[in-house]
Amino acid sequence: MKKIFANIYLWALLLILYAPVLIIFVFSFTEGKVLGNWTGFSFGLYSNFFKGEAGPLLTSAIVNTVVIALVSAAISTVLGSLAAIGIYNMRSSTRRAINFVNSVPIINPDIITGISIFLLYVFCGISRGMGTIICAHVAFCTPYVVLSVMPRLMKMNPNLYEAAIDLGATPFVALRKVLFPELKPGILSGFILAVTLSIDDFAVTLFNKGSGGIETLSTFIYADARRGGLTPELRPLFSIIFLTILVLLVIFNVRNAKQNDKK
Amino acid sequence: MNRIMEFFGRRKVWAFPYVAVMAVFVVIPLLLLGWYSFVDEEGFTLKYFEKFFGSTDSLNTFIYSIGIAMITTVVCILVGYPAAYFMADKQFSTPKVMALLFILPMWINLLLRTLATVALFDFLHLPLDEGALVFGMVYDFLPFMIYPIYNTLQKMDHSLVEAAKDLGAKPFRVFWDVVLPLSMPGVYSGILMVFMPTISTFAISELLTMNNVKLFGSIIQENINVGLINYGSALSLILLIIIGLTSFLGGEDDSK
Repeated sequence: MKKIFANIYLWALLLILYAPVLIIFVFSFTEGKVLGNWTGFSFGLYSNFFKGEAGPLLTSAIVNTVVIALVSAAISTVLGSLAAIGIYNMRSSTRRAINFVNSVPIINPDIITGISIFLLYVFCGISRGMGTIICAHVAFCTPYVVLSVMPRLMKMNPNLYEAAIDLGATPFVALRKVLFPELKPGILSGFILAVTLSIDDFAVTLFNKGSGGIETLSTFIYADARRGGLTPELRPLFSIIFLTILVLLVIFNVRNAKQNDKK
Repeated sequence: MNRIMEFFGRRKVWAFPYVAVMAVFVVIPLLLLGWYSFVDEEGFTLKYFEKFFGSTDSLNTFIYSIGIAMITTVVCILVGYPAAYFMADKQFSTPKVMALLFILPMWINLLLRTLATVALFDFLHLPLDEGALVFGMVYDFLPFMIYPIYNTLQKMDHSLVEAAKDLGAKPFRVFWDVVLPLSMPGVYSGILMVFMPTISTFAISELLTMNNVKLFGSIIQENINVGLINYGSALSLILLIIIGLTSFLGGEDDSK
């Protein structure tokens, strides 16, 4: 009895949580301009979307989002991974201070992060554009990379690096051959986290994109929605993104489960 | 040359670029936020804070936003706690799959999720008012409440529950006196993770209510947008203080 109740509760909650997603998914297969208006089954929106008929703005927003995410995640990953190693080798008082600063962008609401970096650009008189967005994204992604590399570093044998140096490796070789392989899982998950955070970001981008017409997917959707009504082609895009994430997560978890079984 | 190599060989040095980036893009911007709140073209001034505390309009919006954020947080606890409880209990469900299903929506862009909620309300012909706002925010942030509670419940020492049962406690007492207190750290971090983003949100409320309901975040954004940088900074500073207080109090409770 209890079991049935628990299951009903969980599945009902999931149904409510997924209802909006399902509605968008279902209505991506019809051409009605307004959501909720079923005008017959069609792949029209999908073909419009892939032919780029939804307008050059949407296409460039998608390209910008991907470019910004990859570039800022790459920079954050390099900065953050090296920083983790550096911080690990610092005196504990310095380490505490840096850890505190590191947690600031994580705790800060994105609107504060966005506005404060915007003020920096205003103060220095820097005109805003792609570069300023990337810098801002690096600023809030790097702390997460540090946090995901640090645990791997803690688990690692600290003498390995020293041993490599004693055996005549240069610091660069020791980094590449000893530290990097050990830290790789942390670095990789830091990178993925940075990409996700950057793609998801809205507020920081909004304040730092300037008026030069650079839009990311988030700011495009925002502007679109404020003009009153979602571009219909966003429905197929949304469905594709959702399905991709679903498939990726399933693959990832099946693989994880298999690895756990092996252990 | 050797000296340069030696310098870069010290691993501490590897953190320097990061320290520089954090100084320029995190520390200095926050200092500037304080600077712009108190200093304008005419020098030091308190007029932006006077403007805020002097106008009932912005004060009302501020209190209203805190209220909405509190309601959202409470609803998230009421809805999320049972979900986390059922998920963590192995006799009820397959926890891994459930946990995955609950965090999956988090990977979708927040604005798209919000617009999907708007679509749902349109579809069901429901009005886009405060109800919609709270529903949308609960929908957006519920996983942040479920996940920490689920984590603490899962790590909980089950022998304590067994002990309470063996000593004759009724199920409700077992829950109230044993399970609930042990899961409180999860509830606290859930509160932080829901309350902080809801109090600072702006786009979500605009989209969910067609701009009928204004939250504090929207006011900050509008002021910055029209170039009232000093006033916007002062408002941001007030928000920052609230956030700081919340996380400080939350951290206090956590350590108990």
